[in-house]
Amino acid sequence: MDYNWNWAVLFQEPYLGWLLSGLQWTLLVAIAAWVIAFVVGSAVGILRTVPNRLVRTLAAAYVELFRNIPLLVQLFVWYFVVPELLPEDLGLWVKRDMPNPEYVTAVVALGAYTAARVAEQVRSGIQTIGKDLVNAGLAIGLTPLQNYLYIRLPISYRIIVPPLTSEFLTIFKNSSLALTIGVLELTAQARQIENYTFQGFEAFTAATVLYLVITLLVVLLMRLIDQKTRIPGSVGAN
Amino acid sequence: MIKIDNIDKWYDDFHVLKGCSLEVERGEVIVICGPSGSGKSTLIKCVNALEPVDSGRIVVEETDVTARGTKLPLVRARIGMVFQHFELFPHKTVIENLMMGQIKVLKRSREAAREKAESLLKRVGLADQAQKYPSALSGGQQQRVAIARALAMDPIAMCFDEPTSALDPEMISEVLDVMVELAKEGMTMMVVTHEMGFARRVARRVVFMDQGEVKEIADTDTFFRNPETDRAKEFLSKILAH
Repeated sequence: MDYNWNWAVLFQEPYLGWLLSGLQWTLLVAIAAWVIAFVVGSAVGILRTVPNRLVRTLAAAYVELFRNIPLLVQLFVWYFVVPELLPEDLGLWVKRDMPNPEYVTAVVALGAYTAARVAEQVRSGIQTIGKDLVNAGLAIGLTPLQNYLYIRLPISYRIIVPPLTSEFLTIFKNSSLALTIGVLELTAQARQIENYTFQGFEAFTAATVLYLVITLLVVLLMRLIDQKTRIPGSVGAN
Repeated sequence: MIKIDNIDKWYDDFHVLKGCSLEVERGEVIVICGPSGSGKSTLIKCVNALEPVDSGRIVVEETDVTARGTKLPLVRARIGMVFQHFELFPHKTVIENLMMGQIKVLKRSREAAREKAESLLKRVGLADQAQKYPSALSGGQQQRVAIARALAMDPIAMCFDEPTSALDPEMISEVLDVMVELAKEGMTMMVVTHEMGFARRVARRVVFMDQGEVKEIADTDTFFRNPETDRAKEFLSKILAH
């Protein structure tokens, strides 16, 4: 293979700056989307376990809608279609004046999609708790809401830390799709460096390493949370 | 004090309770026995509306548990419930298990709740286990904590749903001892159990259930010496034979 290796290009300006800026946008997209995913996903997951059938059905519909359509399609729908469906004034504002439209769209799309997946984890966590343990909470006089707050949710969230780790990792990886609507995140910047310098191997190696570093940090963080919150005596606890 | 009046309950098309009636007086200890699947556990869970009934009425000290609009949490807080598999809150320490209901439901101060919890743990012989998590305790210890948790709410009556059937044989007596003590102090108790020795010692009456029906309600002596129904005779001969 006839290829001019030049690792130094990664440390030259403007390319180093591009990489760092890409890293920053990747973090900004993924973390903001995670906040949405966690909040919306928790709400939807909890609503899937309430007694009211209509509420449960609506929550289930959310999950099926968002997890069964390819993320890339959802991203395009949010970016190209949704602004046209909004009331005229709001639509115009979104298209013309909303600051950072690509970023906002990417965050909303990724957040809404991941929320469906988080909702399933939350729901399954709540449903792992046996009926009589739920009854035990009610039997001491807790209201159904208190039973969620003090018994069912604290136990569920501790159980689902490991599967939530996977979702948290996936959101960083999925954030690379934001480049398709013009967010200059890490993958986009790596490609841009390749375009300018023809040093594609170096550029994408740098991106790969940075993704790995991020995800390994996430794994460490979640493991720490798992250790701090794990229920003594549960499976795998020390 | 507890009046169960002609209740019926279905699980889909399975008729689990068929016109059951039973009255429990203040201070009375009632043992409910019968073959598995006879509806004993379901009946006892109807008393604090953990299982809703399809028809009939249950009244606990003037409060109609089965009426619409009854504030169930308040009723439930007054009836202690002990489950077959203990059902302690696994993410809370033993003492926190006993304090939870006192603080969240009865609105006692943390100090008052802790004091009450400590005295109850002492009473069931587990004062030194207060800071442990439930999983670190043996089954018998967990069940004693569960009884203490129910007592922490100052209940007017206690319901036990097969409290010893998940225990190793050698732990059964430590739980029964606590229950006998409770009975002697005059607690109103409904106990679903196969422990006939316990029934003989403390129960005033025995209820025999089969296939969702209350087949027999008799004074304990009469029930063991001369059960009315053939089904009860057969049941007794099987469980007393060994």
